[in-house]
Amino acid sequence: MRRLLSTGLCLGLAAALPAQDSLLDLLGEEEEVEYTTASFKTTRVINAHSLENTAHGVLDFRIGHRFGYVNTGINELFGLDQATIRLGFDYGVTDRLMIGFGRSSYQKTLDGFAKYKFLKQCRSGCGTPVTLSLLASTAFTTVTDDKLPWYQPDQPMYFTNRLSYNFQLIVGRKFSDAFTFELLPGVVHRNLVNTAAEKHDVINMGMAGRLKLTKRTSLNAEYFYVFPDQLAQPTEAELAADPNAGFQNSFSIGFDIETGGHVFQLHFTNSTAMFERGFITETTGRWLDGDIHIGFNISRVFTLHRPKPKVQG
Amino acid sequence: MKTNRILLATLALLPLSLAAQERYMSRTGHASFFSETKMENIEAHNHKATAVFDASTGAIEMSMLIKAFEFEKALMQEHFNENYMESEKFPKATFKGTVSGLPAGALTKPGSFDVEVKGELTIHGVTRTVTEKARFIVDGKGGIKAECAFKVKPEDHGIKIPGAVRNNIAEIIEVKLDVPFSKM
Repeated sequence: MRRLLSTGLCLGLAAALPAQDSLLDLLGEEEEVEYTTASFKTTRVINAHSLENTAHGVLDFRIGHRFGYVNTGINELFGLDQATIRLGFDYGVTDRLMIGFGRSSYQKTLDGFAKYKFLKQCRSGCGTPVTLSLLASTAFTTVTDDKLPWYQPDQPMYFTNRLSYNFQLIVGRKFSDAFTFELLPGVVHRNLVNTAAEKHDVINMGMAGRLKLTKRTSLNAEYFYVFPDQLAQPTEAELAADPNAGFQNSFSIGFDIETGGHVFQLHFTNSTAMFERGFITETTGRWLDGDIHIGFNISRVFTLHRPKPKVQG
Repeated sequence: MKTNRILLATLALLPLSLAAQERYMSRTGHASFFSETKMENIEAHNHKATAVFDASTGAIEMSMLIKAFEFEKALMQEHFNENYMESEKFPKATFKGTVSGLPAGALTKPGSFDVEVKGELTIHGVTRTVTEKARFIVDGKGGIKAECAFKVKPEDHGIKIPGAVRNNIAEIIEVKLDVPFSKM
């Protein structure tokens, strides 16, 4: 019995000795935390923020451009005669924190934002299944008083009336090399609204995804659903002129084309504005009526500051 | 009972016989590469390469994570991983081969020894047999360093470079390895 036992023990131990196919096996598998990268090509899906941040020390100059509605016909060259533009600069303060500002021709709006990535999805080495970011932005319209949508000659025009805020949580996951999806629950706060029927705080849910087509191109889409009874309903006069007048949810679809230092985004959208309050709460274009803008974003990055390498040799 | 004792004694000696082998390892190997063109110079460093060298047989193996290469520009690093090396599909570059020309007992006294390394180099999932010159530098205090410089053609490893950036990336990339070994 004893002999059996010890023989068994011996065999067992022998089996436990490493099979030496590879010398590197001797080092054992060192599990290092590896974060998921390149969930999206750039920091925006189309209008919405993506899971990505501008890297530490990198300045991103962004040009956003939306032509007029394609249904304006040949006389307007399918919208190409009109243009709405946003110029902006984004900067990566750290790899997790980015800030940016921009100026849109839409209501001559200045906007600024901060985005902080507080959880990073892991590819290996830890179990984090999603990336979480928080976005806070503000928009300030600078048109003259008489051009404000809420202009009343006898009303005082306060500075704060021109301000609005947006807060979004960005929850996303890169499911595979090709497919990434994110949800953007958020709230837009408007300091002043046009009618008593409208809410100051507009709760909305955004969703966005991308499908990589080749190494350098991807198909992107995003949709923002605004929960009902928060925005003004069209008046009867407006409805008489256009049975589909009033607010529409924002939907955009397009392509990312990356060419070395630039990312070129070409898309179709029913939203005119390129900042959150604008495209979430002020979209009136209706896809089915052909109220579609052809648009593009161009992103060009400049490395302003080189963070010190994490490991020194 | 007697057989048992012999068995146990053999067992006890097994680890000793393993330890007697002349093995060296590294987890902090430095790999770097340079691409020089008129348009721009590209340089990247990886300080986390692992290697094991068995001096008794001359066998050497090395492995590194492609994602551990650090570039001057974040975007370059992203493009390197996404567009060229496809590091999600091919996470590691490896080498498995033998060192020849190292005199017996060379690793115990200070000096520098030129050797030849021959083996299989795998980058981007494509394996090629290579023979390169390398050098072992022994400081006599237990520190052993291996150095190697060689050239790699991206297209030899199935890495496609599109026409638009053809002038920005060298046709031949210079790779340098600098691996500090310690005894296992």
